[in-house]
Amino acid sequence: MTNPAPPRRRRRRAFDWSTAIIAVLAFAAAATVYVRDGREHFFAILHSDVTLFAEMLPKVLAGCLIGAFVTLLLPREMVARWVGHESGFIGLLIAAFFGFLLPGGPITIYPVAGAFLVMGADAGAVVAFIVSWTLIGYTRALVWELPFFGSDFVIWRIIEALPLPIIAGLLARIVVRAGFEYRESIK
Amino acid sequence: MTLVISVLLWLVVGVLAFIAAMRGRVLLNDGARAGAMEFILLLPRIGVGVIGSGFVAEALPNEWIAPWVGPESGFFGVFIATLGGALTPGGPVVGFSIGAAALKSGAGAPQVIAYSTAWALYAIHRLLIWEVPMMPARVVWLRAMVSLPLPFMAAALAILLGRP
Repeated sequence: MTNPAPPRRRRRRAFDWSTAIIAVLAFAAAATVYVRDGREHFFAILHSDVTLFAEMLPKVLAGCLIGAFVTLLLPREMVARWVGHESGFIGLLIAAFFGFLLPGGPITIYPVAGAFLVMGADAGAVVAFIVSWTLIGYTRALVWELPFFGSDFVIWRIIEALPLPIIAGLLARIVVRAGFEYRESIK
Repeated sequence: MTLVISVLLWLVVGVLAFIAAMRGRVLLNDGARAGAMEFILLLPRIGVGVIGSGFVAEALPNEWIAPWVGPESGFFGVFIATLGGALTPGGPVVGFSIGAAALKSGAGAPQVIAYSTAWALYAIHRLLIWEVPMMPARVVWLRAMVSLPLPFMAAALAILLGRP
């Protein structure tokens, strides 16, 4: 096995504070609709939302399984070699691609990004990696975004996000270089 | 479209499970168990979020949403949406529920894209809670700084490409 130590994941509970806040909001909204618009309207909305929820469950399960298998199968050591200081524009592209590929929440992504830095990846590549994971990472889109927005909207949003990781990576390199030259000039 | 995506997803699951099985039964079991656990833990959150956002959208007064972030609100609406995204606290469910509810009750699509992009990239609580403890602070602020223009770029592209 190429990846003997899969990253530890945060112990997750099925219910947490942010869910509780949304639950309170949802309950208040549902009560408002019931009182204001009547019983019939309330059940019409409930029916359409529950249908939506049921339809997306197989996709969410698939997304979870893909995430779990990729985490187990992807050799992490290989990654650092491809996104180092000398990697240039291709390095940014590769970093963005890995951001797209690597599943998991913040608890897995930031330690990996931190490890990239330690292993010699440059700041531009790490920025491209994180932005790419945030905006076009497929597990996040599948598990979280798809249920709320539907596939047409999500695909449309992802198309618009495609150039952003590269732009962010290039900007980061420019800022780092400018800072470096400034420090040299005041020496 | 939805069916195509489902089929594609399960094909990917099949391929990955096959690769895992080739490397050993333990790996296959571990992957399946981790994926199933994740799914079970997600269920209540997504359930509350999806069913709740329908009601929230219905309860939100449309006459507030449209002038601020409606399709006619233009660059100002994008700016307001970006600011809202940066200030929205909470996990994934919160930002997406609010975005979806706003979209259903009359917000413009580019404005919603700016909102969810800003929220995903530099929601302030996330920088402080997750990113700073795990990465050099220098890199965190560098990333946040270069991310500032991205929601505007995403919204501009959304306006250029037009809604499907």
